Parts: sequence; C-alpha cells; structure tokens
Amino acid sequence: MTTTTTTTPPAIAATGLRKAFGDHVVLDGIDLTVPEGTVFALLGPNGAGKTTIVHILSTLITTDAGDIRIAGHDLAADPDRVRSAIGVTGQFSAVDNLLTGTENLTLMSDLRHLGKAAGRRLAAELLERFDLVDAASKPVSTYSGGMKRRLDLAMTLVGDPRIIFLDEPTTGLDPRSRRTMWDIIRDLVADGVTILLTTQYLDEADELADRIAVLDGGRFVADGTPEELKRLVPGGHVQLRFADPRGLASAAHALDGQGHTATGLTLQVPSDGSLRGLKRLLDRLDDESIEVEELTVHTPDLDDVFFALTGPNKNERVETR
Amino acid sequence: MSTLSYTVADSATMLRRNLKHMQRYPSVTLMLIGLPIVMLLLFVYVFGGALGAGIDGPTASRGDYVNYVVPGIVLLAIASSAQGTSIAVAMDMTEGIIARFRTMSIARVSVLTGHVIGSVIQTMVGIVVVLGVALLVGFRPNASLAEWMAALGILALLALGFTWLTVALGLVSPSVEAASNLPMPLILLPFFGSGFVPTDSMPVGIRWFAEYQPFTPAIETLRGLWLGTPIGNNAIITIAWCAALTVGGYLWARRLYNRDPAH
Repeated sequence: MTTTTTTTPPAIAATGLRKAFGDHVVLDGIDLTVPEGTVFALLGPNGAGKTTIVHILSTLITTDAGDIRIAGHDLAADPDRVRSAIGVTGQFSAVDNLLTGTENLTLMSDLRHLGKAAGRRLAAELLERFDLVDAASKPVSTYSGGMKRRLDLAMTLVGDPRIIFLDEPTTGLDPRSRRTMWDIIRDLVADGVTILLTTQYLDEADELADRIAVLDGGRFVADGTPEELKRLVPGGHVQLRFADPRGLASAAHALDGQGHTATGLTLQVPSDGSLRGLKRLLDRLDDESIEVEELTVHTPDLDDVFFALTGPNKNERVETR
Repeated sequence: MSTLSYTVADSATMLRRNLKHMQRYPSVTLMLIGLPIVMLLLFVYVFGGALGAGIDGPTASRGDYVNYVVPGIVLLAIASSAQGTSIAVAMDMTEGIIARFRTMSIARVSVLTGHVIGSVIQTMVGIVVVLGVALLVGFRPNASLAEWMAALGILALLALGFTWLTVALGLVSPSVEAASNLPMPLILLPFFGSGFVPTDSMPVGIRWFAEYQPFTPAIETLRGLWLGTPIGNNAIITIAWCAALTVGGYLWARRLYNRDPAH
C-alpha cells in the first residue's frame, strides 16, 4: 500500500461558492481547486460569473456560502493573510491615473512596506521588464491601453505574490500587446506562480491554461484539460475538394461511404487528426488515382466546445471522459 | 512592525498620494479657496455698509463689519473645503485602484485617513489665505499669540470633524454629482447662524435653529478669541460638536468603506 506522506495544500481551494445580488443568482455552487504552480482558466460568456468568482477569491466581496482556502489560509477567518499571498489585476485598470508610472510602483512598494531603496530599485526593474522606461515619469492618464495593462500587472507583482488573479488580462488589447501579455504570464508560471485567469478568448485559455472550467449561468458546465474539453465535442474531420463531380463520386465510392458531401464539390471525412489516419486516407485516394484539388484538416477547437456547452438551455453539466 | 505602526505608515503613504493629486491638479483647491474670498469681498464691499450700520448703529463703519463677518467667512471656507472632500472621495471610489487597495494587506482605514489628513491640510492652507485677504481689507483682531493659537486649534478641530463627516457623505453618495450636492447644506449653515447678522434679528423658528447649530458657537468662540467679545460656554460646546462630528463621521465612514463595494 502506498501512502502520500507530504501533501502541499492547493494554492486555491473553494467549495460550494454561492452569490446572489438581490434576486439575481450569479454563482450557484462552484467548486474549484488549483494546484500550486498551475494555470487555471475560467472561460465563459459575459455575465457568466467569472468576475464574481475573482472578486470573491481575491477578498474584494464576500461570498454568500462556501469555504475558501487560499495559500492554506481560511479566507473568511484570516483575509489579511490571504491578501498578503495574492496579487490581483482586475478587469478595469487598477492604476492611479494622476500619478506617474514610477509613482504608482513606489506606492505599491510603500504599501508592501519594502523600504524606500528596495522599492525604488524594484520599480526601476519592473519598468525595464515591462518596457515602460520611456513613460516612467509621465502621468498614467497619457498611457495607451496596453501600457496601462502592463503597468497594472507590474504593480500586482510588487511584493512577489505567489498566487495571481488576472481578470480578462488581454481584453481590449491589440494582437501584439496580447502576445506580450501571454509571454509575461508564461514567465510568471515558469517562476512557479499560481495563476487563475478569466477570459472570453478560447485560444487564450488553450495557450496558457493547464485546466479550464467552462462557466455558464453561475455553474461549471465542464472542466478539464484543454485536450479533454476538445474531446467532448465531435467535429474533427478532413475536408476534400474536387475539381469535378466525377472525382467526388469516385472518392465517395473509394471511401465506402465514410464521407458525406458537404457543399458542392467537397467531401467531409471524419478524422481524429492523426498523421497515420491522414496517410491511410491519402493512400486510399492515391490507389484509385483520384485527384484532390484541396485538402484541409479541421480539429475541434475550444470554440466548438464553447458553443456546444454554453448558451440558452445548455446548463447541464457534461462529464469529461 | 505593530498593527498601529502599519496603520500610521500606510496612512502616510495614502496622504502622500492625496497631496500629489492636489499639487498636480490645483484647480479644485483654488476654487475651494476662491469661494470664501469672493464672499468676503461681496459682504465687505457690497453689503458691508448697510449691514454694519444695521448691527452696530448708524455710526458704524464698513471696517466694523469686516471684523464681524470674518469668523463666518472662515467657517464658510471650512464648509467649502468639506464639499471638495466629499467630491474627491466619491471620485476616488470610482477608480480601479481602490479595488486594488481593498485586496492588499494594508490598514484598511488608511485610504480614508489619507483623504482626511490631506483635506485638513488643504483647509488650513485655505484658511490662512482667507485670513490674509481679510487682513488686507481691514480685519483688525486684537488677539494675543495664545489666542491666535487657540483660534487655529479650534479651526483645525472643526476641519477634522467636518472632513470626517464629508468623507462619509462622499462614500454614501451613489455618484460624484450626489457627492457634490449632499454637503451643500453645510455651505448655508454659516448664514443660518451668527456668521453674517446677529441671531437676535431673526424670527423665532430660525433663531432657535441658529442658536443650536454647530457653526454659531464656533463663530462666537472665534469672535471672542479674535475680538475679545464674551465666549461663555461656546468654546466647550464647539469642542463637543467637533468631537461628535469626528467620532460619528469616522465610525460611519469606516462602516461604509467596509461594505462590499458596488460592482
């Protein structure tokens, strides 16, 4: 018999979270566990309750019911211990627009009681790391959206929090700023930081997260690794386009009716996207000397998962596997 | 560090933040100091002749009325700054950075004490400017140094009390507009007291209100310290009002700040 001798508590463990604003139930029984050093993504449409979860876990608002432990501390009993372990970058930039970039960072280091010299050194380091050196002494009100978001995250990092909440970290950013933000997040994870992020972007969750929970109407409708979620929905296929109806007909015959005609001269053949399966298909067509004009491989992405699982009357939980 | 020294350190950090705001955007400060100065000039040069004659008899000059009206004008300066505090707090609460402060392990009340101390400093600077202008237009107090210190001390206590009250008003306001309107009655209080004319000249109902509202004993105390009129128990009543406003405003503001923020 094997026994686990040491178990590090999960970075975030919450059970039975409930929250209602008046009659409107926003969270209806949420359980989530995020192991240390991993990235957990909350995915869901607007109004699904993502931000409410972040607000509750980051001590900003109280939960109506449920138990929460963060970094091993009970949130209800010891919110200040939790606060000193976490960093939060909210959806709306939490920067002081009337101060400069440097002043915002030293404000944080003063509030973390790091000391003047250390605070100044850290501010300079973070400005460098987040590419804000040129704007350091300008008031933040003159910054672009991407710059504000970077400063916001830099402020969150002052004091070296081990658990970071990111509420829609890339919403409203241009593609380049988004990539930059992803790189920053990956660097944090490489340092062993635990991250809980919310996003509406499926590719973002796919890129960054170890586990994803799909939230809809205040409940998790699915959760798992990105791979597990993709397996939930059918839709992987190879699409073949032919030059003329004759090619189409002979291909359909050669494939023993496996494929079905999509539109016009295209044929969709179910596929798991593996190279071997693809080769077998091509060999088959080659044996019959069938000319294929164009071939595209479509693997299910999280978009398929998202549309399959969220929306009106889709509030049933789907088990992964 | 102990909890108390953290509270002091965090409050000092928040104070620095608020002073930087005021320094960088001085227009609000200038407007708040401007209102009582305009009122002073209006009451001395436009109404002063007639009102002075009405109060001290036909032989009274404009100069006599300057001395009479300055305590009321100074309290107007406090009320006007208090309105500014309410607006500043309500505006600050709409900023995302307040949400950040709430998720940080800092002394919670420091956000409020930073505003209060900053506003009291702003108010006292405003009062000094108003008194400077008053001296230029003929204010002639006969106070000793000790009486001056006592007067400034009373003014600081009043500023503290009214600032805590208006911090709470700023927090309870659902919008910045509401935060600007709620403290408006405070601006009118010096007029419904002994600030501009003696309460004896008012009809019974208003006189009763004027004699029991906080600004009247404060005005009488300042008048006594600066001009040597009898103070009686007005000083004690003023200090009691200040203590009540400070404690009440502090407790109310703290309770409002500790609520779940609106989302």
